[in-house]
Amino acid sequence: MMQEWLSLLESPNLRWVLLGSMFLGIASGVIGSFVLLRKESLVGEAMSHAALPGVCLGFLAAGRELPALMIGAAVFGFISLWGIRIIHRNTKLKQDTAIGLILSVFFGLGIVLLTMITNSSAGNKSGLDSYIFGQAASMVQFDVWMMSGIAMLVTAAALLFFKEWKLVIFDPLFAGGLGWKTKTLNSILSFSIVLIVTAGIQAVGIILMSALIITPAIAARYWTDRLGIMVILSALIGAFSGLSGAALSALDGGIPTGPVVVLTATAVFVFSFLFAPGRGKLAQITAYRRFRRRWKKQQAVQALDSVPDTTPSRYAAWQKTLGVENSEARRLWNWLKKNRYLT
Amino acid sequence: MSDALDVQNITVAYQESTVLENAAFSVPQGKLVGIVGPNGAGKSTLLKAVLDLVPKLHGRAVFFGDELKKVRSSIGYVPQRGEVDWDFPTNALDVVTMGRYGHVGLFRRPRKQDREVAFQSLKELGMEDYAKRQIRQLSGGQQQRVFLARAMAQDASLYIMDEPFAGIDAKTERAIIELMQKWKQQNKTIIVVHHDLQTAREYFDWMILLNKQVVAQGPTEEVFTKEKLQQAYGGQLAFLQSAASEETGGLS
Repeated sequence: MMQEWLSLLESPNLRWVLLGSMFLGIASGVIGSFVLLRKESLVGEAMSHAALPGVCLGFLAAGRELPALMIGAAVFGFISLWGIRIIHRNTKLKQDTAIGLILSVFFGLGIVLLTMITNSSAGNKSGLDSYIFGQAASMVQFDVWMMSGIAMLVTAAALLFFKEWKLVIFDPLFAGGLGWKTKTLNSILSFSIVLIVTAGIQAVGIILMSALIITPAIAARYWTDRLGIMVILSALIGAFSGLSGAALSALDGGIPTGPVVVLTATAVFVFSFLFAPGRGKLAQITAYRRFRRRWKKQQAVQALDSVPDTTPSRYAAWQKTLGVENSEARRLWNWLKKNRYLT
Repeated sequence: MSDALDVQNITVAYQESTVLENAAFSVPQGKLVGIVGPNGAGKSTLLKAVLDLVPKLHGRAVFFGDELKKVRSSIGYVPQRGEVDWDFPTNALDVVTMGRYGHVGLFRRPRKQDREVAFQSLKELGMEDYAKRQIRQLSGGQQQRVFLARAMAQDASLYIMDEPFAGIDAKTERAIIELMQKWKQQNKTIIVVHHDLQTAREYFDWMILLNKQVVAQGPTEEVFTKEKLQQAYGGQLAFLQSAASEETGGLS
């Protein structure tokens, strides 16, 4: 196993692919933090599904050329975004309804086109399905450059707009009051989501790209209450997910990258959900338990105060005041004894 | 001296109905002004329209004799507390530092002195112990103090506040009104949307009665009369009558 790994790392192409997947993960994690806080997790989902017909049309127009496929994906990403806005603004439908509508109609269109392509003689060996679930190992150097370039561009945009996006998402009215162009700032963020979904179509696959955007951010949110730290953690989790997905699928050529990426990111999320201090489930349960114990002891002491030590059968009177059952009463009584409340 | 705010015939409509109709009034500098009116009178919309946050069908607002663009940095806006995401990963000091963003400029990070101004503002509102607290963990009154501290950090000469007294404890209400009075003494102008008639007369020295249109405007003692309140509140009169006669000392 180990040897296989090492021999794989000797391949320069794979090293590039791993590095590129890492950059993709970083950019996804960074952008995802803002998307999550803007409460638009599902928008990424719709965009990535809507990219499928775009990829198919790109293929029909120019064959299996990555730039053409990416342009197709980006164009359809924008159309879906615009469609959601239009439906949301001009009808009484809620945003999630609009998203559901757009997502399914575009995905349906994509599947129809995909079937047409794979049934045609040229499409038989098109390998288009690797754009659905991703196949990082199949990337050539040019593909990796393109993906890494977009990822770095988007990360740089997030660093540049950090303060602006933060305020526009947290308090859009106040940002507007400062005279900021809130619409433009929001559009740049949306544009970045489209770009990153597009960049990831070959490595992670269009369908699961949205998970690489959102899941690291959700996991990171459990560990901190500072936006800056959340963005950094999310980038690290994204990088780790991207890297492990690319590596595992390279190791076994049959496993597509996307699902491995999603499983890794989700594993980090589950770990965070359970074990993060403060917001994690375990921490919350122990904090509650500790509080409950302390509260019960307080009650026990108070009940004791209301039963003077001259009372006959003081224990029974005390238990009645406290109103707890036998086993618990005995435990609390022993605690009182041990801590010299009964003198 | 030009007026702090001169509103000229502003009309705002959402879809097919008007929310504000030809609202026109002016506010002299150095006043503590209450915008008072029933629910749905367009009070919040008026503030947003004046600040170009919602589109106007007609009309304009002039600040210190100038257009909004040129005086943005001297206007501090305090939105309603309910309009932001309190679960956002940020702490009290960080939110107050946002008040400096207009001074910091685009794409730049707040400097050390900005954080110091922010901390001083928190201190002024008795919130320095909560500087590092995540904002979800603050009470409603504390959250409102953070908003006030942020406005203070802006160091504006005109403050526009949307319901700063909604859902807060009496102590915080006291602290906020004292701060506003202090600002007034520094010749700052404060415009406040307020819906509690019981306190309105005591708090404000200038008043605008609004119900889609401006019903009355001017010094509080001239505006806060039974007839004018009746005119603004219409159907809700019965409930208000007692309040009005109490507060106006039996004007009827």
